[in-house]
Amino acid sequence: MAQTDMIFAGFGGQGIQAAGKLIAYAGILEGRHVSFLPSYGPEMRGGTSNCHVIVSDEPIGSPILNSATVVMAMNRPSLDKFESYLEPGGILLIDSSLINRDPVRTDIRVFTIPATQIASEMGNLAFANVIMLGKLIKETGVVTAGNFEGGLKKVLPERKHYLIPEEMKALRIGMDY
Amino acid sequence: MGEKILMKGNEVVAEAALRAGCRHYFGYPITPQTEIAHYFAKKMPQYGGTFIQAESEVAAMNMVYGAASAGARVMTSSSSPGVSLKQEAISYAACAELPAVIVNIMRAGPGLGGILAAQSDYFQATKGGGHGDYRMVVLAPSSVQELYELVVEAFNIADRYRTLCMIMGDGMLGQMMEAVEFRDQEDICQADKSWAVTGTEMKRDHNIITSIYIDPEVLEKHNLKLQAKYRQIAENETRVEICNCDGADIIVAAYGTVARIIKNVIKTAEKEGIRVGLIRPVTLWPFPAAAFEKYAQVPKAFLSVEMSAGQMVEDVRLAVNGKKPVHFLGRMGGMIPTQKEILEKIREILK
Repeated sequence: MAQTDMIFAGFGGQGIQAAGKLIAYAGILEGRHVSFLPSYGPEMRGGTSNCHVIVSDEPIGSPILNSATVVMAMNRPSLDKFESYLEPGGILLIDSSLINRDPVRTDIRVFTIPATQIASEMGNLAFANVIMLGKLIKETGVVTAGNFEGGLKKVLPERKHYLIPEEMKALRIGMDY
Repeated sequence: MGEKILMKGNEVVAEAALRAGCRHYFGYPITPQTEIAHYFAKKMPQYGGTFIQAESEVAAMNMVYGAASAGARVMTSSSSPGVSLKQEAISYAACAELPAVIVNIMRAGPGLGGILAAQSDYFQATKGGGHGDYRMVVLAPSSVQELYELVVEAFNIADRYRTLCMIMGDGMLGQMMEAVEFRDQEDICQADKSWAVTGTEMKRDHNIITSIYIDPEVLEKHNLKLQAKYRQIAENETRVEICNCDGADIIVAAYGTVARIIKNVIKTAEKEGIRVGLIRPVTLWPFPAAAFEKYAQVPKAFLSVEMSAGQMVEDVRLAVNGKKPVHFLGRMGGMIPTQKEILEKIREILK
């Protein structure tokens, strides 16, 4: 796999930026090139937070994505905005506990996971993004679960490292869903 | 080199400055570069340095003037409207030959404009945003790793020539995260700073740092000295990256983040049988005119792609000097040129 172009999108507070950083860090641990571009402009104020993440075998040209091979949508405005970005055959991951419509595209692979609901049952809504990421790495193979765990250690401040076993449990729930 | 870590461009600016021995930072917050100040505010005390959030950009640049006069390694940073405010003190510091680093993480203008990435301060940086015949070295990194390397280099160039050095990034570069690998130890230029105002201890004559020369003959002589220095900088410090230019059908000129988009275009165009070359000025001043002269006979045409209404294109035209047509494609307001539109433009030019 030469290059994976990913867009992560959802509400502010759903851990969208963290999800992008985790995949980018895991990508570094894979020994690959990565870029992470957060949204910081006016679109942040319109209900979606998003970031563009590229993991590649080669040095990365533009960090901005005009199309993507993977879109992870955690709310309805994100699906509405980014479904059209997917290349044919691309992967769309939907948090079905928060998105009440089916995708329009028929030329893509769609995975729906009630991630927020599962996270709620686990007792911590903050795990929803990681559940989604579990499915993402299972279907794309962009990074391994082992390197994802390594990424968690880098991204989470030390005082939150006690959460890592629970995060990994959430990841596996997503992988197996 | 150490391990690769994921860092935001703005944070890398501050980290690189600390590694380069910068111990004084004066600034005023403005999107999209405020993380530079955040990082310094957190880290500078650990290095025993000074972090001051000044009352304005004007004050911050004048504080830079003061610290540089005392021989300190010092920097300020801002984004476009804030850099406009610094121009008076920049001109003064250039006249007084003070070494300092100024970072401009550009946003869209004119006016307060918007907070998204742009490259519309090229004229201001390279043609003198302030008054008088001065120049400053303008470095334009295109990746987070290069941002680190050029910030360190900017401090060295500043000290070596007693000159101002500007780092020109854009909102995208400041906000994006990439892997960066820091050296264990920086190669820091140990310039002679016996000119600095550090107190005579009654053992020497006073050093004077000034930007006023009332006698026209003296002022002309000072100007000639400055110009000689600028020529020397142009000779020694011009930097450029050249990609794919041998046998190119078209050569694109682009700097900073836009050059990265062109690198994608090179690959896509190759599939259509079009060979696209790239000349990426790393120093915007001194402008790498020689690279354009060297390749002027190769392509059918040149194309400058910028996030502006057409600024660097003027220098490209001067360098190509009428030997080939020079076209332009630009987006403004925080809009970023897409691969698709650049390719369409290239096809249209080559038709």
